[in-house]
This record gives sequence, structure tokens and C-alpha cells, in this order.
Amino acid sequence: MTTVRFLGIGEQKDRRSVRLSPATVSYLQATPLTVILAAFLLVPILMILVVSFWDYDFAQMYPDFLTMNYTETLGSWVTWKIYLNTLKYALMVWALTLFIGFWVAYFLAFHIRTTAMQMVLFLVCTVPFLTSNIIRMISWIPVLGRNGLVNSLLIDAHVISEPIEWLLYSDFAVVLAMVHLYTLFMVTPIFNTLMRIDKSLVEAARDAGASSWQTLTNVILPLAKPGMAIGTIFVVTLVMADFSTVQVMSGGQSASVALMMKNQMSLLQYPAAAANAVVLLALVLLMVAGILRIVDIRKEL
Amino acid sequence: MSKAAEIDIASVSKVYGTTTAVHAISLKIPAGTYCCLLGPSGCGKTSTLRMIAGHETISSGDVRLGNTVVTDLPPAQRGTAMMFQSYALFPHLDLVDNIAFSLKMKGVEKDARRAKAMEMLQLMQLEAYATRRPAQLSGGQQQRVALARALITDPEALLLDEPLSALDPFLKIRMRAELKKLQTSLGITFVHVTHSQEEAMALADLIVVMNEGRIEQAAHPRTVFEQPATAFVARFMGEHNVISGRVIHSGDSQLTLSVAGGGDFTATDTGAAGLAESVDIAVRTDHVRIGEPLGKGLGFTGSVTNVEYRGSSVKLSIIGAGIEDFTAILTDREFFATPVKVGEAIPLCWDVEDAVVLGRLKH
Repeated sequence: MTTVRFLGIGEQKDRRSVRLSPATVSYLQATPLTVILAAFLLVPILMILVVSFWDYDFAQMYPDFLTMNYTETLGSWVTWKIYLNTLKYALMVWALTLFIGFWVAYFLAFHIRTTAMQMVLFLVCTVPFLTSNIIRMISWIPVLGRNGLVNSLLIDAHVISEPIEWLLYSDFAVVLAMVHLYTLFMVTPIFNTLMRIDKSLVEAARDAGASSWQTLTNVILPLAKPGMAIGTIFVVTLVMADFSTVQVMSGGQSASVALMMKNQMSLLQYPAAAANAVVLLALVLLMVAGILRIVDIRKEL
Repeated sequence: MSKAAEIDIASVSKVYGTTTAVHAISLKIPAGTYCCLLGPSGCGKTSTLRMIAGHETISSGDVRLGNTVVTDLPPAQRGTAMMFQSYALFPHLDLVDNIAFSLKMKGVEKDARRAKAMEMLQLMQLEAYATRRPAQLSGGQQQRVALARALITDPEALLLDEPLSALDPFLKIRMRAELKKLQTSLGITFVHVTHSQEEAMALADLIVVMNEGRIEQAAHPRTVFEQPATAFVARFMGEHNVISGRVIHSGDSQLTLSVAGGGDFTATDTGAAGLAESVDIAVRTDHVRIGEPLGKGLGFTGSVTNVEYRGSSVKLSIIGAGIEDFTAILTDREFFATPVKVGEAIPLCWDVEDAVVLGRLKH
């Protein structure tokens, strides 16, 4: 016996009373992230943008639309000097972290044979990150100070008779501390790209008669570019936004853009600080855009 | 192009820590030969190839290429070129730069090396793709680029590490023909590692069957197939039934072996095994017929456990006379003239020259 059943006729199956269209479902799924990004990224940036056009005096801010904050900031030679100083730090720290970071990553990826050992050594690199930035920075002071470890050692060894003054509270100290803080941000992405290089490419290069140096410059470096670009973005944005390292390690003798903003805020000049922040943001975005134009990092994402 | 070189491998071993991957093998590959190193994975064939190429250090022994001992030379100075299993094309370079890579390393002028690379591309019929990156090519095209890159150095020997394993079956057969054609036209020595006996039979002038780091047999494909040297070779080449037993009688250039708890079989004595020693014989599956044996020990009666229709042939699986799994391949005409069913008992027979006594490797 067969039962013939017509489509659409017969007992109704239980259906959910609410049926959402596929489009609604997609929008709902995207909502949580949208809300978070809007609340914690978009709105704050918009607020900074709005406030940067406001008026202020020693005690209060007045909603307004003035370009004074920008003209004042960009018209002052102090600002330009501070921007140049920050860019100088960024350039020096970038060059040093790129150099050190590449070689650390290269050693880990190509000279350590077992994956287990690679991971152990990589974790060793991250150990300093178990303490806070500030503590790692401050611990340089007893090392570099006038009567610090380095100076007393050199004096005891009769290498120098007077303590070296430029070790602490100088550009040298700032750059040293920044390199110490940020090198791992360069190591990680470069290590990641190097690990993805097929080892047979190195053999193929050797088979074609390439020396180790030629293999490095013709095969490994070009293939490591995306990792270098990502590391560069990390380091440059971190250095451009740094104020604590500059303040502590230069002993207040140097300034960075972020430090300038911090001072403006402590004087309650919020609109001026906001204008500075917008300029800095634009500058950093331009730098990132420049890096992305040079190197295609899409295949790393 | 360049002239071919003979490759002479003299008791070469490869030891990794405590494990020996290659046990003192010796092999002469005549100049201009298409040689296939054949074996299951882990048999040491790739290690052997990599030692010839110079990508693996040789633990002991020597490799000679032409008149030079190349044991301690770096890969590029050996006159060999290697084609890697995954092709190892440089993903950041276009085809021209990929192919011209070794010339660039030698310091050849940009225009000269690009011109030479374009020539190679034309040879491979890929000139239309000159500015593409390897990722934009199909598997077969990538393989041709890898070939071009290896051949631009005018090597005396080309070493290929499972070159066809990444291709789909149809392309595999096409590229196989191209490889053979290329080898014939260049006339250089090819050493090709593969685990496919079909590929080796189709290509090679010399098949080297390897197992557990040792050479089981090195001979022309026809010899390897018709006179397998060992049970391993017979089983690996396929289409052979291997019957193992103990010698119970030998004399009059005849050898009789007895399968434990089963029948007795006769084969031509080659002196491979003495009385009471264990011995293997191989019988080609396609030389087995249904019918009463013409002589003593040239067949048995067994029951059919499976019948498999294959179009032009039919494969019968038979159990009997102490043999667990005996295969007979009959042509479709033979089979359908007198069809048999699963469970039926049938007599099987073969000719005396079809039973080949197999040797054993002395370790």
C-alpha cells in the first residue's frame, strides 16, 4: 500500500512562529562586534574630533567650531620640533628593532632544528613581558645611572675615570629602552613569515648555486617582507604614541607628541590635546598606508 | 646540449642518528639512462637521490659523476640539477626570474639571463606566461617551469623527486610522456624517484627497486617484471603470486617445494636454495589458466573466493593448497567461455617457465 500525499496538504508541522529573513540574521550576527567597535573606537574618535574644534580657557571648555586649536598647534615651531623628534625616535627604533628582530627570528626559524626547541626559545623571548612596561623601563635607571651598574663597572675596570653622562636621561637611553620594549613586536610577525617559507625553497636556491648570502637576499628577505611590514606597523605606531618611555628615560629633557598631549591635558587644555591627537592620528594612518602600499601583507592575514 | 654523465654510487650509506636509512648501496647508472628509484615510502630512495644531489651528506661511501668524485661538492658544482617534489618555485618571482635564478646567482647579465630564460620558456611552451607568478599556474605548468629552471644550468644529470605525485591522474600520464620525450631529446641521465611501479615501468631504462635502505634489484623493467629477484620485488611490482615453502627435492634442474600444510610445486632450479631451506617462487597472475596441470607441481585445485570483472579481463581470487590468496587474471574471452562462480572448486595450472624461483637478499 502506498499513501499519496499532496504537497502542502496534510498535518502541519510545528514551526517557529518567528521566521527571520536571511538578511536580518546576518545583520544580527554582525551586531555585537559593531556595537563594541562603535562604543569603544568610533565614538571616542568622533568625540576627540568634535572636541578638537572647541574653545577653552583655564577652567572650562566651550562647544564651538574654531580652527584655532589646529592653527595654534601647527603654527608653533615647538610642535614641529616635537613632531620631528618623535619621528626621529620612530626611525631609529624602527631600524634597530628591524635589524635585531629579523636576525632573532631568522635564528629561531632556520637554525633551530626542532619545533619544540623553537617554541621554547620563542617563549623565552616573551618572558620579559611578564612584567609591566614601566617596571622594565625603570629597571634601566640603576643600570645606566651616574653611579649605576655600567658606569661603576667601567670605572672599576679603569676604562673611564669619570662616569659617562649620556647613558641615562638622553636620547640614547630613550632609544635603548624603546628597542628593549618593542623588539618582540618585530620578532613575532617576522618569525611567523619565516616559518611559512618552504624549506625546499632554500634547497632549490642552493641547488641553483646560491651562496648563503645570496639565498638570504634573493629568497628569504623578499619572502619575509610582509612580516617586516606588520612588525614595522606595530613598532612605528607604538613609538609614535609613546609618552612614558620618553618622559622617564629622557628625564624630561626630550619630548614626544604624546608627551606634549599629556602635558596639555594636565593643564586642562583638552581641545588643544584633541587637535594634536587628530594630527598624530592622521600622520600615523598616512605612515601605515605608506607601508601597505610598499608591501602587500594580505597573504599574512 | 650538454653531455650525459654516468653516475656511480659506491657503497653509499646514510645514517641518521641511530637509524640507517641507506645500507651501503652500490649502483652504476650508465650515461643517458632514464633510471627510476622505486620503492615504498621510507625505503631510502629519496635519501639516495638527495645524496646524489648533494642536499644530504653522505655518511660513508662515494658518489662519482662522470669522472669526478662529487661526494664533498656542493650541489651546484656537481653538474646535477634537482627538481623538487613540490617544485619549490620561488613564489615572489615571475617565471622568467624563476628560471633565470641560477644564472643570476652566477652573475650573468640581466639581459643575457632573461633571454636564455625566455628560450627555456619557449622550449616548455610557456612563453605566454612569462610575467606570471607560479601561484597563477596550474600544476602541470608549474612542473614545466620547475623542469625549465633545472635544465637551464645544462646539467649532466637531472634528479627528479616524485615529480608526478602532485598531479591528477590524467595529467600524470601526459607529463610522464613529456618527461620521457624530454629525456630522449636531451640525452642526459635522469634519476627519478617514485613509488609507482606503473610510472617506473613506463619511463625507465633501469629500474632500481629499493626496500629498507637496500637495493633488491636493479635491471631493465622487463627483467624486473619477468624475473623478479626477490619476493619483495615480485610483490611490489604486482601481478605476481608469491608461493612460499620449503625445498623437499632438488635435482635434474628441477626444484620441488612444499607449502606448509598444502601442496607441492615445481620450478626450474637456479641453485638459490638448498634442500630443506625455505624458498619463494613467483607465478604471473596473467599466466595462470583454468585446467588440469600439464605436469606435477604446476598447478593446484582451489576454491574461488571472489570474482572481479575488469572489462578486458576478469580477476579471480582463489584459496587452496595452503595458499591464502592466489590471483588469476583471465581475459574476458577465456573467462566467459567457461564462467566460474564464487565457491566453486577449479583446477589451476601454469607452464614450467612461468614459475620463477626468487632469491633472498643476504644482509
